[in-house]
Amino acid sequence: MRIIPRLDIKGPNLVKGIHFEGLRVLGKPEQFARYYYEQGADELMYMDVVASLYGRNSLLDIVERTSREIFIPLTVGGGLRSVDDIRAVLRAGADKVSINTAAIQRPQLIREASQCFGSSTIVVSIEAIRKPDGSYEAYVDYGRQRTGIDAVSWALQAVELGAGELIVTSINREGTGRGFDLELTRMIATAVPVPVIAAGGAGQLDHIQAVITEGKADAVAIASLLHYSAVRTGAGAGGEFHQEGNTEFLRNGQNSSMLQDVRLPEIKAFLQRHSIACRTE
Amino acid sequence: MAAPLTVAVVDYGLGNLFSVQRACEYVGMQASITASHQVIQAADAVILPGVGAFGDAVTALHRLGLVTLLREIAASDQILIGVCLGLQLLMSESYEFGHHQGLGIFAGSVVRFAQPHDPSGVLKVPQVGWNRIFKPNQAGGTQEPLRDPWVGSPLAGLPDGSFMYFVHSFYAKPDDATVVLATSRYGDVEFCSALRRGNIFAFQFHPERSGERGIQIYRTLAGIISERKR
Repeated sequence: MRIIPRLDIKGPNLVKGIHFEGLRVLGKPEQFARYYYEQGADELMYMDVVASLYGRNSLLDIVERTSREIFIPLTVGGGLRSVDDIRAVLRAGADKVSINTAAIQRPQLIREASQCFGSSTIVVSIEAIRKPDGSYEAYVDYGRQRTGIDAVSWALQAVELGAGELIVTSINREGTGRGFDLELTRMIATAVPVPVIAAGGAGQLDHIQAVITEGKADAVAIASLLHYSAVRTGAGAGGEFHQEGNTEFLRNGQNSSMLQDVRLPEIKAFLQRHSIACRTE
Repeated sequence: MAAPLTVAVVDYGLGNLFSVQRACEYVGMQASITASHQVIQAADAVILPGVGAFGDAVTALHRLGLVTLLREIAASDQILIGVCLGLQLLMSESYEFGHHQGLGIFAGSVVRFAQPHDPSGVLKVPQVGWNRIFKPNQAGGTQEPLRDPWVGSPLAGLPDGSFMYFVHSFYAKPDDATVVLATSRYGDVEFCSALRRGNIFAFQFHPERSGERGIQIYRTLAGIISERKR
């Protein structure tokens, strides 16, 4: 089972919000990435949440610096619109890319990209909101824009076109710490032959176990839970995580009462105790 | 100052070669991403990486005239390393989307995982993630202590059962069991995860994405190269 810290990036900073909104700056992504690498992260994921041309150079710099000293798979996404965009991110040192908006607008991008770089390099990101009838609609633009497309049929199409993995995020749960959307994860994970990474909602150890056993996730992406623990438990010895981040709210205990203080080794030890095999050394 | 250790990372247009290059640089080797026959021949070690489809890769290697060159390197004492698809390409044939001839440096075929399963059910193919690598024939019940099969290879010094990062749907089945350097298990399927014969080493996993243990493989490789240069 892979546990994947997900780092949302805006300009030079690691940020985190709730339902993809109200972003707060937590610090420098490279510092958190290094820390998670040393803690046994199985992969890392960088998501550029602004995805504007202005932000891109700073993203490429961060990817470049990270890839020179961190040797686990690094997936980079956010605003990648073409094969050339993807190539630039891979050249900077990413191992995989994740695409959402551009793939929904032009599904052939998945085919072109997977033929060019191999399916295993292409992760399609599906961000979904539950509808009153129990089905799920895919959203784009970091959860801002609805598409009218059914998330499960889109997942099947994306795999058919060459996606090597899917990351499935529940926008309802994202950043809330209330647990993953097990049904969304299970519907997609059991429908497609490729690995599905569950994202959005981890707040407790039990949530992670549930999305694996009940949600049938093949991997789990975690953001707030790890970031807030890293900041609160003073993981950055000397407090360097705090210096530039707007982390006062964490130390005051606001806004994060749903989140347990757990770090990667504790997550893995917990999963192992529940017979879920993890890399633990 | 000693001459730098040089590595040619063979670029045949498939896959992302930068992480291989960065790992080489991290342990102090000079790595160039290249399809130049001259650069490849002059390097202390040649790494054949790759992700993607076997058939496309073989076509690209032929187009660049690299099939003959790589066979010559394999037959010489230059170090040749295959990684992931690069391991599979060293085999004589593959059944990925049809039937293709490989480089034939190792006799044997490349086959797809057929419905691997564990107690929880059927496992997904491709295998994406971390898995352990084991020394071969350790459970064979032999009375005398076996020679450590990883000595003299880039795996030397790693704990048996080390975790490495895998991404693959196919695996190699060499005809000659003595070339198996490591084995792994995906569900109920035991497969060959590393190969060795003389100067040729190949890994189904990605050492360059396998954390500190993976970097140790590159560091040991650098040691092997520098030992041979003396």
